[in-house]
Parts: sequence; C-alpha cells; structure tokens
Amino acid sequence: MPTLTIDGQQVTVPPGTTIIQAADQLGITIPRYCYHPGLSIAGNCRICLVEVEKAPKLQIACYTPVADGMVVHTGSDKTLKARQEVLEFLLANHPLDCPVCDQAGECELQNYYMDHGRYEARFLEQKVKKSKKATPIGPTVMLDQERCILCSRCVRFTDEISKTSELGIFHRGDHAELDVVPGRALDNAYAGNVVDICPVGALTDRDFRFKARVWYLSSSPSVCPGCSRGCNIEIHYVLDRPYLADGARVMRLKPRYNPAVNQWWMCDEGRYGYKAIDRARLVQPMGRTQGLSPQGTVPSADSVSHPLVWDLAMTEAAQHLQEAQTRNQLGQWGVLPSPQMTNEELFLARQLFQERLGVACDGRVAERPATGDNFLMTADKSPNRRGMAAIFSETTDQKGTVPQGDSPLLAERAAAGELKGLIVFDHDLVALYGEAVARTVAQRVFLIYVGSHDTATSRLAHLVLPSAVYAEKDGTFTNVDGRVQRIVKAFEPLSGARGGLEIVADLARRLGAAFPHTTAAEVFRAIGASVPAFQGLTYETLGAHGAPLATAEAVTV
Amino acid sequence: MIRKRELTFWERMYLPEIIRGVALTSRHFVRNLAIHTLHAVGLAKHRSAAVTYQYPEQPRPLAPRLRTRHRLTLREDGTPRCVACMMCETVCPARCITIVAGEHPDPNIEKYPTRFDIDLGVCIYCGYCVEACPEDAIRMDTQILDIAAYSRAEMKLDLHELLNPSLRKPVKACSLPFPHRCAVRGDPHAAGPEQPLHGPIFIGGDVTRAAGMEDQAQQARQIEAPHPVPLPSGEREKGEGRGNG
Ligand code: SF4
Ligand code: SF4
Ligand code: SF4
Ligand code: SF4
Repeated sequence: MPTLTIDGQQVTVPPGTTIIQAADQLGITIPRYCYHPGLSIAGNCRICLVEVEKAPKLQIACYTPVADGMVVHTGSDKTLKARQEVLEFLLANHPLDCPVCDQAGECELQNYYMDHGRYEARFLEQKVKKSKKATPIGPTVMLDQERCILCSRCVRFTDEISKTSELGIFHRGDHAELDVVPGRALDNAYAGNVVDICPVGALTDRDFRFKARVWYLSSSPSVCPGCSRGCNIEIHYVLDRPYLADGARVMRLKPRYNPAVNQWWMCDEGRYGYKAIDRARLVQPMGRTQGLSPQGTVPSADSVSHPLVWDLAMTEAAQHLQEAQTRNQLGQWGVLPSPQMTNEELFLARQLFQERLGVACDGRVAERPATGDNFLMTADKSPNRRGMAAIFSETTDQKGTVPQGDSPLLAERAAAGELKGLIVFDHDLVALYGEAVARTVAQRVFLIYVGSHDTATSRLAHLVLPSAVYAEKDGTFTNVDGRVQRIVKAFEPLSGARGGLEIVADLARRLGAAFPHTTAAEVFRAIGASVPAFQGLTYETLGAHGAPLATAEAVTV
Repeated sequence: MIRKRELTFWERMYLPEIIRGVALTSRHFVRNLAIHTLHAVGLAKHRSAAVTYQYPEQPRPLAPRLRTRHRLTLREDGTPRCVACMMCETVCPARCITIVAGEHPDPNIEKYPTRFDIDLGVCIYCGYCVEACPEDAIRMDTQILDIAAYSRAEMKLDLHELLNPSLRKPVKACSLPFPHRCAVRGDPHAAGPEQPLHGPIFIGGDVTRAAGMEDQAQQARQIEAPHPVPLPSGEREKGEGRGNG
C-alpha cells in the first residue's frame, strides 16, 4: 500500500486512492466543486489543484492517484495562487446575486472566495448573459444559469444515481449553460438531491425558496419517518422567527450521510414530508364525556366533544381501564400500537398494556398499499414496522394474549361488538377499514385515540390524547434492514401535545404501576435488557449512524 | 463615595453666596439682552446669545447625519428597492425588524419584501441596518423625531409607513402598487403576533372554546374517584411552556 506525505503528515492508503481522499482521511480539506464522493470524477473545476513534488505542474487532487513516496503540499504559495486564479475565472461571469440568492451562507463559492479570493476585481469586460434566471425546471427545482459554475455534479447525479438523465450542459466556452434536455423536466423521485449537491445557488429548492436565510436555521439529526428505509436526515427549523413561514417551525429536511442506509441521498417524498409536522395537529385533549361517564355505556359518536385539560383526560382514561380491571373485563379491551411509534414507546405500551394489564395488543394492522422503488423508497410507509415486530414478538412474561396468525383482527372484533374498549395509536381506522367499520367501532367500544394529527378517527374517538411527532421526541426507529437508528428531539411538542412516552408513563402512574424508567434513554436500556433482538444496544453504541439489531436476520416482518 | 465638603466660614455667612448667585444670573440676563438688542439693529452678528426654540412650532435644525425615523427607498415604478436579503434583520441588535420575502415577477430582481416592519418601540437607532444594506434600500434620513404613539402596535412601522415617511398609523387607505401582506386591507398574516398554522381542532361539531378550562382543572383536582386512582397535583398544566418558545 502506498505511503505518501501530505502537508508533512504521512498516510498509508490503498492503491488507487486519490490525493483528495487521502487528504480527507487526514482531516485536511482540499477545496472542491466538481468532486463529490458519491459521484464519478469529472476533474473539471480545477479548484483542487495541489502541488506534488517532482511533478512539472500542479495536479488536480480529485483525479490524481496516490503513489508511494509522493509529497503533496496543499497550502503552498503556488497552490494558493492557483486557487485564487481559478476563483477569478469562475467569477468572471458570475452575477452579484448573493443578497437574493438562497444559497448565500452555505455557498462554496462564497466560502472559498472568503478564504482565497482576490478582492479587487480586474474584470472590465461585459459579463455573458445566460438565458435562464429563476426558471423552474421541475416541480421542486429552480435553475439560475448565471450562477452555475458548470461543475456537472447535477448532470452526473441524474446520469448515475437517479439514472434519468434530464440534465445536460449545452453550448461551448463562455456560452456553456446547464439546462434540462429539451422537452423534459427534472421530475424524478430524487430530484431534490441536485439542490444539495450543487455547490452554488444555481439549483435551489422551490419549496424552501425565500422562506428563511440559512443562517437562521437550527439543525437536529433525525431519521425520515416517510418509509421503512429510515434515511438519515437533518431537520432544519426556526423557532425564534415565527413569522417566516406563517408559524411553521420546520423549514426543510436535508439528507445526512449514512454509508449503511442512504449514503448522501433521500427521496423527494420524504424531503417534503416535513410539512405534516406543523399542519393539522391535535393540540388539545378532547373527550365526549366529562369527568366520570356512566360505566359500561359508550357515549354516542354524535355527542359533542369537549376540550379537556390533560389532567382530566388522563384521569378519565385511567378510570376506564381501572373500571374494566375491577370488573375483570380487561380481556375485552384491545390496543392497536402503530409502526409510527418509536421502539421506546412501543416497549412501554407493551409493558403497560400487555404485561401489567393483560390487554391484547395487535400489531397486525393492514396498511394501505403503496409502492417503493429499487433505490431508497420502500413500499412500507411506516418507519418502525421492524421494531414493532421485534418488540411484540416477545411472548415471555406477559399476561395478555398476542393475537397471531389468522385470529380475527382486533379492529374486526371491535366492530363485531366483542370488545368494550380500544386504544388506537396513530392509526386512522377510517382509512384502514373504511368509514362504516370505523363508525361501528366507535358506536360499540370506548375508543381512545392517541395520535399527533387530526384524522377521521380522532373525530370519532371518545377520548383524544394528542401526542408528539418524530421531531418532537427522542427515540429510535428500526429500519427495514433491522438497523436501529436514533431520532433526536429537535424542539418541544406543540403546547397541548405530549410525547408518547410521557402519555403511557402517566397512564401507568395513574393506574398505580409507575415505571422505573421514563426518559427515552432509560427505556432503551430496559429494551436492551429484556428484548433479545436489542441486546447490547444503547444510545452510545448506536452513535450517529445506528446499529443493526442483534438478531437482525431472525426477526421477520 | 464623595464626602460632603465642609463649608468654609465665608460660605456659612450665607448672604455673600446669595449675592454671588444673583450677580451671575443678572450678568447673563444683561449680556443676552444687550446682544439680542444689538442683533436686532444688525450689530455684533459674530457674537451668539442664548435662544429658546419654540418647539414644536419652531423645530430645531438637525444635523444632516442624525439618525432619524427609517424609510425604504423606492424604484422608479414605486416598488421598494429592498430585495428582502434580510441583512438588516440579521444585523439588527434589537431584533426589531420583521421581513417576509416574496417572489418578484422580474427574474432579474427576483426577491422583494411582502412584509417589512420595524418596531420603533424597540429600535435603538444604531443605524446598523443602514450600514448592512447592500442595496441602499433603507435609510434613516427622514429627520422625523416625533414618533410617540398611544400603543405598542402603533409604534410599529409597516411597509406603508416605511415607503412613505409622511404616513403614520392609522393608515387609511393602501396605495402600494404591488402585492404585499397588507394590514390596511386586513390580510390575516399582515401583522404579528403570528399564529401558528395549526389551530385548536375540535371533534364532533362546534364547541365554544372552554373558557372554563380553569374550572376543569379544579374539577380534576377535586374528583373523588370511586377507585384509588392516584391523582396528580395538577401543577403540570401551568408549567408547560409553548413549544415555540
Ligand atoms: S451562488 Fe453563491 S456566490 Fe453566487 S450569488 Fe449565490 S450565494 Fe452568491
Ligand atoms: S447547476 Fe450546480 S451542480 Fe449543476 S453544473 Fe451548475 S454548479 Fe454544478
Ligand atoms: S437602527 Fe439599529 S436597532 Fe433600529 S432597526 Fe436599524 S439595526 Fe435595528
Ligand atoms: S438590508 Fe436592505 S435590501 Fe436587505 S432586507 Fe434590509 S432593507 Fe432590504
């Protein structure tokens, strides 16, 4: 394996490695525009020129393979001068758009120019006008040809990753322009990624456009809940300027690098799925009865629903369960946990309902059919079905029965009038089983809905407990390949909503069965101790990129 | 700490000091009277005498560089030069500027403010916004000092008042020739405090939002449960802050 010296530091790398990769290993960042680790190498932007001893002229770091004994200087006078000159060329036709450019603040042209620029301009000629400024080239992407530095990253992305080839570079020399192929639009399912990889503001996000300046954004690592792939993301949000997006907190999602899951990419469906975080949320517990209801009767679905304070809502939920317990009717209650819940919430629900109360929990819930593709998107649009299977497949140490195989679904039993109460987490019964079934359920059983959004089911329920969405809670999801990944609470739940863990733990406390573990980390440690699939996993071992289930292969969905 | 100085014997005599004070005042009076009289007949113009400005009827001349009420400069077509780059909003140490950007029909301008408020009740008149602006779009040269108002809301300047310094709330009619979030016409998002998109959602028909929330909390605390349901203290509801904090 060749050993080389970069800026006085020695490094040994496999043959075929390029200088820029070797330098990255050492933590030395060589400027780059066209080079992207996820794409083929183009070598056209020339900003990565470095001095290699004994070479007659400067070499591009992105395309020069390392050799044994090579001595590279990334900060020599010659290198710095070359960077300055490359930047001067790149800016020859560049507009002075920074004030209106959405990229400002995260623009590599700005960044490198601040580091290496030649601050007095000497370009007196007329700039070449390009034909497209602020022109949409697809449903999600806006193109400004004058800001493009022709690095061809986006062209290579559509050729190599999305394999749709909508983009190309047309004309020659000064007049070269990036554009969509005539008659086409940039409308593939991964189009949003070109905005992330464009080093300048030539391609900007139509959805994020003008909503906020990037330096207003705070960022929090998370996992996309859009499908079971679990692409790693960053949530970009603004809390202190609520006027920016009419009160919405989340401004955009960006993919986060994870070599084992999504590399650098994410799909557009997930990217724009963030809007649900701030729309149509439940922000107040609601109930059709106030205080104590006459036991055993179910309030009519047409009765008026009242807003409740949390205290009263939780008391009522606890009283219904307690009543069932004293009458020995808990066998006629059921719980529908949801694959939208985190592993921690599912585990706590299992412990409370299944193990302590002996209420049946049914994880076999029909899902609406959806489609996936052969890249990232999966057909299963819930983030944690694998985790739910792992947690509820455990049958030791529990009183309640786990409905399995072909036994009738809980929802069907509820509709048939065999149940007295049903606790539904997140699921929309109307979407799953149809309006008629859901209505029948609501007429025959006491329906408690724990969920974040206003759905047809929340409108039918007798008691509604608003819960937090993924951005508002700590926890883990288990993706389709059995990889357990952390989601980090970006901000507090909306006032009036509570985290799922908090709701279940509060209910347990009111039933006189408080849990010793309450925070997400504590609950996760408890999962590691009692569910074999999660053995040995803690938040520390998960790290930023997650870790596979101990029995990733054994658990099937 | 400054100790009180002991009075000298002469000062403790009282009358001499009184006489000294009266002499000082009389000297100024006589001097000003004399010089103003000379001025009246066109003499001794190079000597100045004390004056009293009859403010507000007679305003005092202001230095041209004095920082006064803000204005937004205009393009020829009457639209603001501001491109909503939010540099001023970013730099403002008092955080009293509120800008919401919109898409300009001309792609060469691209961006413009659909809302631009400055809260003069909060502004510290530092002038950083003027310094930061890359478009010479905001200036503090109106020479308007009297910005008193009867309410906090009236201390806020919006687009109408910023583009036309002669206006002050209440603005009667909107004459801005471009789309904007107009408080005069009553757009819902025109002025803060901004409501989040997600309002309270009620199920099963109309309910008047319970003014009795507090009663309910009381009730929750007082319920004598027929079962030993441990009731919490009820303190939580109070302690919860808004997520948006
Ligand atoms: S691409 Fe970068 S340098 Fe060019 S206008 Fe946008 S922010 Fe400024
Ligand atoms: S649009 Fe952006 S990514 Fe594409 S070639 Fe131009 S600068 Fe590169
Ligand atoms: S003068 Fe200073 S405090 Fe006032 S708006 Fe401008 S930047 Fe803000
Ligand atoms: S700095 Fe100037 S151009 Fe930018 S938003 Fe403020 S007033 Fe408008």
